[in-house]
Amino acid sequence: MWAILSILVENKPGILFKVTHLFRSRNFNIDSISVGVTENPEFSKMTITTYGDEKQVEQIVKQLDKMIDTVKVEHLDEHKTVYRELSLFKIKLSNANDSMEINKLANAYGGKVHDVKRDSIMVELTATPDQIQAFEELAKPFGIIDVARTGVAALQRSGA
Amino acid sequence: MNKMENMKGAKALMMAMEKEGVKQVFGLPGGANLPMYDEFARCNIRHILVRHEQSAAHMADGFGRVSRKAGVCFATSGPGATNILTGIATAQADSAPMIAVTGQVPVAMIGRDAFQESDIIGMANPVVKYAFQPRTAAEIPEVVKKGFFIAETGRPGPVLIDIPKDVQTNEAEMVFPEEFKIQGYHPWADPDIVNVEKAIDMLLHSEKPIILAGGGTIISSAFAELQAIAEALMLPVVTTFKGKGAFPENHPLSLGPIGMHGHAEANKMMAEADCVLAIGTRFSDRSVGTFEAFEKRLKIIHMDVDPAEIGKNQTAQIAVVGDVRASLRIMVKLLLQRAIKKTEETPWIKHVKETKAYWKENLKLHPGELGAAKILRKLRELLPKESIVTTEVGQHQMWASLFYDVIQPGTFFSSTGLGTMGWGFPAAIGAKVAKPDVPVVDIAGDGSFSMTENSLATAVLEDIPVIVFILNNSSLGMVAQWQRTFYDRRMNGVDQGHCPDYVKLAESYGAQGIRAQSMDELDKAIKTALSSDIATVIDIPIDPEEDVLPFVAPGTSLSDMILPS
Ligand SMILES: Cc1ncc(C[n+]2csc(CCOP(=O)(O)OP(=O)(O)O)c2C)c(N)n1
Repeated sequence: MWAILSILVENKPGILFKVTHLFRSRNFNIDSISVGVTENPEFSKMTITTYGDEKQVEQIVKQLDKMIDTVKVEHLDEHKTVYRELSLFKIKLSNANDSMEINKLANAYGGKVHDVKRDSIMVELTATPDQIQAFEELAKPFGIIDVARTGVAALQRSGA
Repeated sequence: MNKMENMKGAKALMMAMEKEGVKQVFGLPGGANLPMYDEFARCNIRHILVRHEQSAAHMADGFGRVSRKAGVCFATSGPGATNILTGIATAQADSAPMIAVTGQVPVAMIGRDAFQESDIIGMANPVVKYAFQPRTAAEIPEVVKKGFFIAETGRPGPVLIDIPKDVQTNEAEMVFPEEFKIQGYHPWADPDIVNVEKAIDMLLHSEKPIILAGGGTIISSAFAELQAIAEALMLPVVTTFKGKGAFPENHPLSLGPIGMHGHAEANKMMAEADCVLAIGTRFSDRSVGTFEAFEKRLKIIHMDVDPAEIGKNQTAQIAVVGDVRASLRIMVKLLLQRAIKKTEETPWIKHVKETKAYWKENLKLHPGELGAAKILRKLRELLPKESIVTTEVGQHQMWASLFYDVIQPGTFFSSTGLGTMGWGFPAAIGAKVAKPDVPVVDIAGDGSFSMTENSLATAVLEDIPVIVFILNNSSLGMVAQWQRTFYDRRMNGVDQGHCPDYVKLAESYGAQGIRAQSMDELDKAIKTALSSDIATVIDIPIDPEEDVLPFVAPGTSLSDMILPS
């Protein structure tokens, strides 16, 4: 099971270390992580995605909850949540048509094109990890030079 | 409240600790905590000097387990701080309340690999309940208040307070808060009455119900409640090793500890039971063997203060989160309300009693005069029931588990989680400081005692008379047993042939040393030790080949116990 965890923590130095360390020491894996300060500067929000069976995820949530610096820990229901990841792809341009093809592909996924050079192009894509994965598959034949991904940010839908 | 006073950080630390009721700390000074040490002369806190910081932490630990108030240890930065880490990790593994105060290089030097700098916060984080590093003097009073609160509440544990040297010497307007808030800390949950009700029904509807009491039962002093429930529902009681003595071990319903070196009758009955009321236990591998075998055949009711323990190692059918004493009190009340009191002996209880009687009769014991069982039963016979016993780690510890019956609940302590050799003696010193009026005995092996024997200096100079009871097999006996059992008698690194003469060693520290080579001598030695007012080491030479049995080999289940042949 893929799980999205939303963790409100006190905005203090060293907390990212503690949270990630907890995953390591308890033998869990982090699939992606993103952190940012909230509207209240006292708190930061971490979004961590992870894999595990139901028992394992429940245990991670409990262990995170137990941490004194965590204010609130939620296991978000994927279906009631908006979740996005930002990715940047630098893709090779080998022949004349590539640029147009990649533009089309980017458009299809709601991406933006940046830094168009003679032999490379950059695509910015904000989407779900699945969609980014799909884009990557389709971009692969052109030749991917480099990728950077941010990790998921997620918020529960209103009324959910 | 909120009286403002201008003072140095180090002084504020002492005042804040006095407000928490701290009467003594255990420690050893150095450059980075000198400003704190300078304050000892001007406050009402006694400083007890150790010879190694690890022992300071174990003393604080022993004090904390006995008094239920956080014991405090002090160390300087760098090597002082790293030396106490083992003690901190030991306290964490056994949920003991502790405050460790370390000195740190000045704030401006942090991160520059300064002399005696170490990132003790980074190193300790995985083994503390919480760690603070105040960066300004004004933070100290609140940090101390929060530190004690965190250490002592909920599931207790060690808290580290690392104070840079300039933070100790800087002056600030100090506010000693009476109230504070820690957003993410919820040490208490109210037990769910409905689940307690369900638990009762489940126990009533089981054929072979049993109680498994863990260390949490001792931490929350739920002794009277436990006994009331066991008697009302007529449930046999086994304990984990950490829960040893949560229930009087001379009670007809007591079966003693289960696990790797549990009582045969306890392991047998645990393996036969169909429903368990598990109280304050994490189902450690040492207690239950392989998890799967355990889980398959049993309905589990799990009570624990720590919600993260529910479902961590075992899946429970019914979980009650909250202080276990509070949960058990609800259960007692419900039993009274429903007028549930069993009087007739069930077939299960009959079987339990027969099994217990059988093993009391038939467990093969070492034939020698100074066999472990005889030695420990002699100690039991002569020690007043309120005496406190600590142990080191090894065969002697497991013999204590098997043959030393705890009669007054909550008087037996051991390093069960981390299994730290060298814990017992300094912990006994801490225990004696917490309860000076009862005899305190460390049941030791020669190997473990060697690790912290220099605490004899502290015991003598600080006038803390404890008894060290060494079952001396001149070897690292437990490891030797494993090598005999699993490594075809290839004995490597276990011979302690060059250990000192412990009688002379004790005497050289100004303590009393007695050697006991027969049962008569042992009898006299224990009596002498009990009537003396100085620390006493009793050295008892035993057969190096004696094994601890029964034994549940690692990776097997409780029903696969190896018995003495
Ligand atoms: C600090 C530490 N190092 C190593 C061990 C591994 N260990 C467990 S029991 C044991 C032997 C203990 O010897 P001793 O204290 O003489 O007790 P005995 O088993 O002989 O009764 C050892 C080395 C440990 N538990 N703790």
